[in-house]
This record gives sequence, C-alpha cells and structure tokens, in this order.
Amino acid sequence: MIQTGALLLSPLGLLAEVTHRCPLACPYCSNPLELDSRAQELDATTWRRVFHEAAAMGVLQVHLSGGEPAARRDLQALVVVAHEAGLYTNLITSAIGLDAKRLAGLQHAGLDHVQLSIQDVEATQADRIAGYDGAHVRKLAFARHVVNLGLALTVNAVIHRANVGNVTALVALAAELGAGRVEVAHAQYHGWALRNRKALMPTADQVVQAMDEVERLRTTYADRIVIDLVVPDYYASRPKPCMGGWARRSLNVTPSGKVLPCHAAETIPGLEFWSVSDHSLAEIWSRSPAFQAFRGTDWMREPCRSCERRDIDFGGCRCQALAIAGDANEADPACALSPHHAKMQALAEWAQAGEMADYQYRGRPALHPPPPRLAINPRAGS
Amino acid sequence: MADSGAARPRLAPGVRLHFDKTRNAWVLLGPERVIEAEGPAHEVLQRCDGTRSVAQIVDELAVLYVADRTVIESDVIEMLDELVSKRLVLKGP
Repeated sequence: MIQTGALLLSPLGLLAEVTHRCPLACPYCSNPLELDSRAQELDATTWRRVFHEAAAMGVLQVHLSGGEPAARRDLQALVVVAHEAGLYTNLITSAIGLDAKRLAGLQHAGLDHVQLSIQDVEATQADRIAGYDGAHVRKLAFARHVVNLGLALTVNAVIHRANVGNVTALVALAAELGAGRVEVAHAQYHGWALRNRKALMPTADQVVQAMDEVERLRTTYADRIVIDLVVPDYYASRPKPCMGGWARRSLNVTPSGKVLPCHAAETIPGLEFWSVSDHSLAEIWSRSPAFQAFRGTDWMREPCRSCERRDIDFGGCRCQALAIAGDANEADPACALSPHHAKMQALAEWAQAGEMADYQYRGRPALHPPPPRLAINPRAGS
Repeated sequence: MADSGAARPRLAPGVRLHFDKTRNAWVLLGPERVIEAEGPAHEVLQRCDGTRSVAQIVDELAVLYVADRTVIESDVIEMLDELVSKRLVLKGP
C-alpha cells in the first residue's frame, strides 16, 4: 500500500530477515522450507553496511523481520544502525522474547513502529495455531506495553480456515488493544503455507463472508483503526500486483545475506541470487540476474503481454505461477484470463478436506500419530 | 476539521516527515505508507506539532507565502482532512 506520486523507481522498502529462528511454528510461515541457521546469520556490522547502502539508494523504510527478530540478542544494535542510517524502522514480531524493558530500549534506539502477529481471538486456539503454549497471553501484554510507551502498533492477523470466521472479533481485539492499524491478511500459499495448504484453505463461502465483514468493519471503525486487506488469491479473478511489481519497489535480505526480489523467490528454480557479502546492494538491485529476471514487462507471455492491466498488476505473483501453472513465466493463475485459472479453483476445492490436526508446524519435524501401543508386549519375557 | 480552526493537529504515532535526498522530495512515512508531501505540504506538516492551532498554521503560511489567507485556509483544511481520514494526522483537541 504505497503511493508514490512522482517518485522514481528506486526501492522504497527493505525487508531485513535478520534471523529465521522463531519460538513459534505457525503452519503458514512465509519463511522457506530450508531455514538458515544461527551460524549463517549476518552480523550487526554487515547489517549496518546494508542499511546505509539501502538508504543511499533511496530505501525509506526497513522492516526488521524473521523468524523472530528478538531471537537475536543484538536486536537493539540493529535498530540503532537502521535508525542512524535514516530509515523508518519497523519491527515485525511475535512478541516472544520482548519484555517491557527490552521494548523501551528499542524505542530509545529509534524504533518507529511495531507490527505484532495475532493468531486468533481465543488463547487456546491461538496458541494451537502458533504451536506455542502461552503465546497469546504474552502477545496481549506486549501490545499494551507498545501502546503505553506511545509507540505505533499494527496488528497482523493471517487468515485461514481455523480463524476465517473471526475477522470481526480480530479487528475488535486490535482496536481494543490500541492498534492504529490492522492487517487482515489472507494466507499466501508459499513456503510452509503451501505445504499446509490442505489444512489452511477456507471455503469460498467463508472467504466471501470474511471479505464482506471487512467492508462493513471499515465503516464501523473508520475513525478508530485503519484496516488493510491482503486478498485471498485462490478466490480472486484478478491477480495482486505482487510486491508492486518484481524488483520495482522493495528488496528482501535473508538471514545469511542473499538478496531476493520477494521472500518466496527462492522457490523459483534457476534464479541466481547475489549476496551482500559479494556485492553492494545497489549493484544487486540494478544488475543481479534474479532481479532482472522478471523486471518490467519484456518477460511476459500472453495473456499478460497484450493485457491492458500489465502495468497495473505486473502479471501477479511469479512464485504462484510456478507453483500452480508449473512455469514462473506464465500469468499468475489467480487471473481469470490465465488458462490455469480453473486448476487454481479446483485446488482450492480439493484443499478444503484437511484438518488442523494435519498442520505441519514450521521448522519442526513432521508429526505423525504414534503407532498404537500394544497392551502386552508380545516379546516381553522372551 | 472544517469548523475547527482551534484544533491542534499532530502527526499520528508512527508517522514522521522525512526529507528524501534520493528523490529530492519531502515524504510522510507511516506504517506501510510512503506519501509524497508535494509543494507546501511539508510546511504544513512541520507545524502539526500538537501545540499550534489550525488557525495559527494558516496565519504562518499566509506570511510565509505572502498569499491570501482564505485561499491558504481552504487548502490547509482540505489537506489535513484527507490526512486525518487516512489516520496519518490526528485532529487534536
């Protein structure tokens, strides 16, 4: 949601994934299936250089993300260097590992904004989604610390089958906590969410109802909270302008220093990503093969190539084109003009058969029900 | 805000004005928002400090731009109304 007026096409935002480590294990996590380890993480000195290079090339906002950024003991040092570089500094957090004192330190270091994830409205269910007992209560307490300190708060709620009926209650909770903004973000089926698609996908009716609720809530809460919506691709007829266009507005640096045009870009085989360890950020932005691959409109095939909307939605999401149409050069199948659109709709229907019990939690070994135990071990005593 | 020259507007929490050297432009930065503050907008926003009233801001701009106060007033109020509706500026008491 960025308005640019006459601004030039240098990037505006940097998503800094400072770690993949996270106490939570949400089944829709946008991190890759292959997580970077602590030993691979860039140190604060390197991040300092990256932030200064980003600011010099026109980046205005940095989103400190993860994983859980607070898993890094030097988080405050990262905020200091981001702020010193002149960047608007946003912390994207689960709240776990951040008490009031540590938060006050971040504020003192120049933090501009906090985005807190909330999994659901009721604690037991929310903790089950997060895969972490006691998370919800700590999140509520943390939100109050944020507001008490006078920091700006956004609540982010990822929407999927287990909570799609609670959109109204989630927005009410965000408003009650004192958030100035809430993101109602329908799950994006990449990474762990793609693996868990069958357990996460809501029905068409549920999605329609949730979207209607958001429209009503925008009126109800007009003077209290800004509601931003991430639409559900599988029930769309036009694709999202993913990332505002490939390599057009923002870049993403992984914990180990790889620079991606979007957080899921590594799912596309054959792309060559450059690292901040080998190149400056400006070089990577302008010359790296991964950024050049889908920049502009030259790469497009039909129906995108001649489409009047090609400079509006930029062909949609490359990762979704790959995942569903089987080729990252195709139109995003969320588009009704894509020959693969029917397949996407069929997948949405197929996916509705899963259960919460089928969650494969992010970063944890796949859970299988233990084999039935025999009352008497037949080999006992033999 | 149309009838409230006495209101003392201020930038909402998490919103700040920034001079973007790369684009040689003033921008208003907020959560997931970058809005270019075109023309005299930054002079208005710099004065949205919670102490000046809308009337005072208009007075100061009329002097700064040597312009008709009525014209300035309607421009300032229109701009602030829009930013209040986006919750980037708070009306203030």
